Amino acid sequence: MSPELYGIMMYVVGLLTLGGIYAIVSLGLNVQWGFTGLFNLGIAGFFAVGAYASAILTAPEISSRIPGLQLPIVAGLAAATAASGLIAYGIGRMTLKLQSDYLAIATIGVGEILRLFLKNEAWLTNGALGISAIPRPFERLPAPWDHFAFLAFVAVVVAIVYGLLERARRAPWGRVMRAIRDNETAARAAGKDTMRFRLEAFVVGSMIMGLGGAVYAHYVKFISPEAFEPMMTTFIVWVMLVAGGSGNNRGAIVGPLLVWTIWSATEFATLRLPPEWATQAAYLRIFLIGLALQIILQKAPRGLLPERLPARTSDPAKAGGKGTA
Amino acid sequence: MVELINFYLIPGVVLGCIYALGAIGLSLVFGILRFAHFAHGDLLALGAYFALAFSTALSLPAIWALPAAIVATAAAALLVDRLFYRPLRASHSVATVIASFGVALMIRSVIQLVWGPQDYVFESGIRPPVVIGAFRFAERHIYIVAAAAAIIALLHLFLTRTRAGKAMRAMSDEPSLARVSGINTERVVAWTWILAAALLAAGGLFLGLDTQVKPQMGFNLILPMFAAAILGGIGKPYGAIAGGLVVGLAEELATVPIGGVSVVPPSYKSAVAFVILVAMLLWRPTGLFRGRVF
Repeated sequence: MSPELYGIMMYVVGLLTLGGIYAIVSLGLNVQWGFTGLFNLGIAGFFAVGAYASAILTAPEISSRIPGLQLPIVAGLAAATAASGLIAYGIGRMTLKLQSDYLAIATIGVGEILRLFLKNEAWLTNGALGISAIPRPFERLPAPWDHFAFLAFVAVVVAIVYGLLERARRAPWGRVMRAIRDNETAARAAGKDTMRFRLEAFVVGSMIMGLGGAVYAHYVKFISPEAFEPMMTTFIVWVMLVAGGSGNNRGAIVGPLLVWTIWSATEFATLRLPPEWATQAAYLRIFLIGLALQIILQKAPRGLLPERLPARTSDPAKAGGKGTA
Repeated sequence: MVELINFYLIPGVVLGCIYALGAIGLSLVFGILRFAHFAHGDLLALGAYFALAFSTALSLPAIWALPAAIVATAAAALLVDRLFYRPLRASHSVATVIASFGVALMIRSVIQLVWGPQDYVFESGIRPPVVIGAFRFAERHIYIVAAAAAIIALLHLFLTRTRAGKAMRAMSDEPSLARVSGINTERVVAWTWILAAALLAAGGLFLGLDTQVKPQMGFNLILPMFAAAILGGIGKPYGAIAGGLVVGLAEELATVPIGGVSVVPPSYKSAVAFVILVAMLLWRPTGLFRGRVF
């Protein structure tokens, strides 16, 4: 294979890997926003918690004074999911009484507090210096295969999360979530403990975001508080989900892959510009992604793959619709 | 005691004035257009950059550049509303909130495109403080508080004496009643943006005078401004002023060391606004002055 073709192939593998990681996070947001209508603007915070939790447990050393635990990566992923879930539970208990806009304001604050914590608590996170040499699964394999294997690993995680969420969406649980999103008062009148369901959706979604953050940490191998710029990380995930089609799990996978491809392609284009324009081009890209969001919101608010409600069966018992939720 | 006033109370009041200027508009936009405007901080940053641009281009002292900055910021706010918020007005407000989040990023990237990522200062060099007895005031702090007070007095005249101001308060208090009584909704919306932008340009200028003008200056203000607006009660401009002062003072005073330990470590200063915000939302979402809840 010519070196040029090889380079392109590796570029595509990298593109799909990061796109897949964003797909995990986007699936998490889909549980919160797409299914249940919870307005979370603190995505970057949960993503960072997951990344740090897994990094702290698996890295060989946090800093010269803090030895690492060097636990297996699977333990790191599990801990990341659990840590995000626990934090989401605490925060959710406090803030989920709030409705749409107020929840958005509160969660943007949550993201900010989590960022402050990771930056300031150097005894745990090594502060601004970050954590390096985070192990990557399959990194001992020979050259292209390590990347292929990691991509396959990401694909498996996406597939598992997708499979579980599709099941949940079709189950009575998913129906209650949609009921809460579309008319919470009616859902409550039908006897559903809507607060509990909102909390469940918030915790499950945040756990998936934490898992995504952990996979990200193991891919890039180095994390620092700077890597989780609160606005940009949160924003791009929102653009991905809205573009893909919120409420649709397939949209939550297609959206990130598409947006990430466009995002990277524009980077490719700006690399050809003279160096004195390079920094300006980076800002222009952010402007354009913002503009793209505005166009989607106005012209195609349901996204590329609009939500499709699960088919109703005539036999309520088969659909599990005996009010078991 | 003197130290407390010099190093915490006065900076707290200055910060509170800046928060108040931002929170008034945020509260009115929330009350009249019914959505949380997440681009408010970045619009303030844009105002600061306009003031900077006019004061360097015309080599004027910063404060004289304010009228031109107000006009430019108001034009920007009206343009953003026309292009990105008005098309979504008919649909549910949540789309507008997402749109405003996108606008925040767009404004910031425009700032970085035009002015670059570096920090600017309005005037370099250190000026001797004004000493009155044991108290030392930074000259700029006196300017900022006096100018903010003057602007708030003008705002009061506008809201109570002009037709547009009265219509605005009516819309914010009782939108459906305002509409049936023949108030032109879109005109009130335009006035709301002009007023909010004018206050933001002033707030941006003052924040730039007090610290630096930098691209992230707006994002850091989002939480304290929302905290102030909610504390004062959504849709209540006077409440937002009180809220701004409370949040500014709370941020500074929470970091006062008492016996070497402060209530809040200085590195967590920006968490103070968040705590106020969540506490208010949970226990008294109407704010201290009985605003609205949507």
